[in-house]
Amino acid sequence: MTVGDVRLMKGNEALAEAAIRAGCQAYFGYPITPQSEVLEYLADEGRKRGMIVLQAESEVASINMVYGAAGAGARVMTSSSSPGVSLMMEGISYIACAELPCLIVNVSRGGPGLGTIQPSQGDYFQSVKGGGHGDYRLIVLAPSSVQEMAGFVYDAFDLADRYRNPVMILADGALGQMMEKVEFPAYDPAAHAVPKPWATTGKPASRPANVITSLHMLAEQMEEVNHKLQAKYRLIEEHEVRYELLATDDADYLIVAFGLAARIAHRAVQVARAHGHRVGLIRPITLFPYPHAIIRSLAERMKGVLVVEMNAGQMVEDVRLAVEGRVPVKFYGRMGGVIPSPDEVAHAVEQMVGQTSDVSMEAH
Amino acid sequence: MTQEILQDQDTASFEGMECVYERPGTLSEARFHYCPGCGHSVVHRVLMEVIEEMGIAENTIGVAPVGCSVFAYHYMNIDMQEAAHGRASAVATAVKRIHPDKFVFSYQGDGDLAAIGTAETIHTCNRGENILMVFINNAIYGMTGGQMAPTSLMGMKTSTSPAGRTQETAGFPLKIADMVALLPGVSYVTRQSVHTPNAVRQLKKALTKSFGWQKEGRGTCFIEVVSNCPSGWKMTPIQANKWLVDNMFPMYPPGDLKVPA
Ligand SMILES: Cc1ncc(C[n+]2csc(CCOP(=O)(O)OP(=O)(O)O)c2C)c(N)n1
Ligand code: SF4
Repeated sequence: MTVGDVRLMKGNEALAEAAIRAGCQAYFGYPITPQSEVLEYLADEGRKRGMIVLQAESEVASINMVYGAAGAGARVMTSSSSPGVSLMMEGISYIACAELPCLIVNVSRGGPGLGTIQPSQGDYFQSVKGGGHGDYRLIVLAPSSVQEMAGFVYDAFDLADRYRNPVMILADGALGQMMEKVEFPAYDPAAHAVPKPWATTGKPASRPANVITSLHMLAEQMEEVNHKLQAKYRLIEEHEVRYELLATDDADYLIVAFGLAARIAHRAVQVARAHGHRVGLIRPITLFPYPHAIIRSLAERMKGVLVVEMNAGQMVEDVRLAVEGRVPVKFYGRMGGVIPSPDEVAHAVEQMVGQTSDVSMEAH
Repeated sequence: MTQEILQDQDTASFEGMECVYERPGTLSEARFHYCPGCGHSVVHRVLMEVIEEMGIAENTIGVAPVGCSVFAYHYMNIDMQEAAHGRASAVATAVKRIHPDKFVFSYQGDGDLAAIGTAETIHTCNRGENILMVFINNAIYGMTGGQMAPTSLMGMKTSTSPAGRTQETAGFPLKIADMVALLPGVSYVTRQSVHTPNAVRQLKKALTKSFGWQKEGRGTCFIEVVSNCPSGWKMTPIQANKWLVDNMFPMYPPGDLKVPA
């Protein structure tokens, strides 16, 4: 095995470099802060190393180019930030229905509206619950370091191919902009390539025509397609749940946080423990499929659960569903691009401890 | 509907007769769902004839629009992608970038290409994507039941311009072929029709030339077919073709707007 090489890079650049190494053949995108470095890096490095890189006229065009390239059998991606990803929603729904493998990266920023270019997790609902029309799911990976901005790219492409499903990497402006050490693992795209006999590559006489479509006019047919998609989503839920645990073995209290918020919560756990509170952390890595089962079983032995997000409280709904009222679920969040400090989060933990040490407690 | 479309044509007995004209192998046996007299079916057939005659069926990938021709892939027996409304040229761009050695065409109506997809149309042409864009201009939204299109004529009555199109409420008919002809990336722009056998022959020539130029990498070829919509226009096919000559041609005159140097 070749030893991976180590570099100091911005999250966006690390992601772009990983995409080249993952054998991504084509990138279609439109500039938007805080992710333009992905397009810039690929326009230079990517093109030099044989990638097709096209700066499209809009995110609408980008995502439909992704549809075309994925349908033509290529390993393909786009990236954007919140307003741009909103524009892609119709195309993402088509891609999900036509079961086209691809990678969509959202280096999200504070909204709603034009909002701010500061980091936010306000796109959780959009990424995880649909966003576009109809019953579809993306596989959603949430990195929390520059290392993972790179590392998740390989996994994302492999998952996309394995399930013929669009995969989203949901990052944020801080992860995209900050510089950290990153190690690129050895990865041989050829060894990971899967046959795509369904792709439109030109119809030889020997096979029927390949058609990429999301149109099924008869209600019964459309329902069948939906059943097939749902069965796939259940399979994904069964096999692809990913999460990380920190200090949960002896914990009385549990923090649930993803992405950048989990990094802050990690530090808050240390602060809270120094103050004598036994606090642990679960970091969902896949936001779909969501680690419901492990959160439920952990919650059973906790006195309280605190969800920390950089939004008004979105993932907290999934935690409440998982916990099903067994213990109080509290929420602490900052919005609009404000990043909470570890001390703020530790303070929220102390508040929870104060409120939940009472025996007659109610779910919040 | 799909099942019905896929059913074979009723077959009468033609024993002892010589076959002088038949379905090209590039057309599937599915029965067209188009209204009687609709230009879409003729253009489908001519396009597929050209692809068969040029022997490029194995190397051609088509992109269908959203509009009455959304099911183009049921009839065109080649690899096809069905694009979102207005985005066929973006999809075709990507297909061509991935398979530069294949022939790629997009096929779109006027709502698709000249309203919701205007940005994609202009920018595909401006990049000079080496594809063929086939544009069916019937001056109306056929699929959704006869609403006004960007190409609807002044005074034209549609379900959303019941008193006739006026400049005050809807502006002017959009001559998008003229617009793309201005772009250096576009090598060939022509306006054709299928209302007479001679017009059909002319369209065939235009299609054949376009695929030839695509092979040479000459950039975007854009063929507007001034077509009809008997149902949306509320006319018989014969009336519709006469109306087309009398009313569509003055606004959208047939002929080449730009030919490769
Ligand atoms: C995003 C979106 N908006 C609207 C529609 C509804 N719609 C379907 S076809 C169509 C217009 C088609 O007209 P045209 O492109 O002129 O094609 P024709 O049917 O006349 O051949 C519209 C508005 C849609 N499918 N998707
Ligand atoms: S509605 Fe108009 S465009 Fe559509 S099939 Fe009928 S005649 Fe053709």
